[in-house]
Amino acid sequence: MRRTEFRALNLRALWQGLMRDGGSGDRIVPPTGFTAQLTLFSAGAMAFLAVFALALSLATGRLADRWAGELAGSVTVRVSASSAEQDARTQAAMQVLSTTPGAGQPRLLPPDEVAGLLTPWFGPDMPVDALPVPALIDLPIAGDDFDAEGLRLRLEAEAPGAVLDDHTEWRRPLVTAANRLRMLGVVSLLLIAAASASMITLAAKAALAANGQVIRVLRLIGARDITIATAFVRRFTKRAAVGATVGTLFGMAGIALLPGMDAAGGFLTGLGFQGWGWLLPLLIPVVAAAVGFLATRWAALKMLGAVR
Amino acid sequence: MRLIEMRDVGFGYHGGAELLSNMTLTLQPGMFHFLTGPSGSGKTTLLRLCYADLLPTSGQMTAFGDDVRQLTRDGISDLRRRVGVVHQDTQFLDHLPVAENVALPLSVSGQAVDMAALRDLLGWVGLSQHARAMPPSLSGGERQRAALARAVILSPDLVLADEPTGNLDWDMSVRLMQLLIELNKSGKTVLVATHDLNLIRATKAQVAARVLRIANATLQLAGADL
Repeated sequence: MRRTEFRALNLRALWQGLMRDGGSGDRIVPPTGFTAQLTLFSAGAMAFLAVFALALSLATGRLADRWAGELAGSVTVRVSASSAEQDARTQAAMQVLSTTPGAGQPRLLPPDEVAGLLTPWFGPDMPVDALPVPALIDLPIAGDDFDAEGLRLRLEAEAPGAVLDDHTEWRRPLVTAANRLRMLGVVSLLLIAAASASMITLAAKAALAANGQVIRVLRLIGARDITIATAFVRRFTKRAAVGATVGTLFGMAGIALLPGMDAAGGFLTGLGFQGWGWLLPLLIPVVAAAVGFLATRWAALKMLGAVR
Repeated sequence: MRLIEMRDVGFGYHGGAELLSNMTLTLQPGMFHFLTGPSGSGKTTLLRLCYADLLPTSGQMTAFGDDVRQLTRDGISDLRRRVGVVHQDTQFLDHLPVAENVALPLSVSGQAVDMAALRDLLGWVGLSQHARAMPPSLSGGERQRAALARAVILSPDLVLADEPTGNLDWDMSVRLMQLLIELNKSGKTVLVATHDLNLIRATKAQVAARVLRIANATLQLAGADL
């Protein structure tokens, strides 16, 4: 079929034919049996996978934002000195931090909180007091005029032994990893859509080839391409939508039944959907129907072009 | 108005030698034509040219005033709605009952099926009792009559029949020809391809029919022997 004839197709008529239920339009094509089950199954399986890819993409997106936000919202100052000088240098550093533009109220982490930070590494019974642990000061960033480099220079001059850590080294790989995971989720969704389109196209082509004689008869008695194509398009679009709906519901149930991850240390907190995010997977059957519509329409019109 | 007009039309399959050449033919409303000639002479090919299933490789040809080479795919569909065809191999959709097969041209052209008119049509071809039968269960004669009913359900201007009596006994052949004669008397143009000369003679006794013969790839008016 020539390209111009593709463009000349009446999309409005195609849509109306697609939405009209039952009737002779459906009956002009014989039941396609096994390919119908295959289309339903593959659409369902792909939708199921798409739910998880979407959940992964959303969760890693939130994770990246949270890590970036939490780590960028404060800096840590580490004060190392001999035990005799520790308090004096800590107070000097606190003094510098209190007068730093754009910084909030500095907070010296109490010994038990420092011990808590070290517990994952040394175990619960480690006598932290016996270790030369530096004092840790948490400094929230309160304004845009905060100058980490300027503060670093001031600490060097006014509070020797105090080292500023703005979390850049931590933050960059974590956020990069989370963003790449999010990208992988998006790529997975695109691959699932492409694979679905391929499978539906193959199934539609098989059905079209099996019904070559039917198509030939329909053309001979005056059926237009759009009429014949619509019979196949309607059938495969419905199958893709129904299969994807079932797969999506199963996928959403699987996500909803995931155990709560808060108790696992927070690393996986937020995996799945939250709030209005639960509505997003419901778009998957719509997208699957659109993919089925376009893939079958393309296959049908391409084949019809070879039948006079 | 000329339904079909061919001027010096030639046709060869796949760019090969011309099976038909220099054919000039005009089909006008209300005429009855026979097309005869030996097997393989090109009778079916000529009919296929008439419903744009094939395109001429040379010459000029119009259908209902339109150059067949310029027809779009939708234009070809529209042409086929004005030309009813009884195919040699009576092509049906075997998954649909006879009544639905007969009504198929209405369905695919988006027209409502008038059940009373459909019943009348099936009665006219003697298939009232077979409305719900599936095509594979019909006899050869029944299939041909069902094909004729399907060919005329859109009330076409031109009816083409390709060897419609090829597999039928004499009585059934005469019965089918009677239906075609009735159609012609109602104003339809009829073109029947057949090599059965006895059938042509029997039909000519009832209707003024022109007999065309394909010989040596050209179209000729048959002689007084017919």
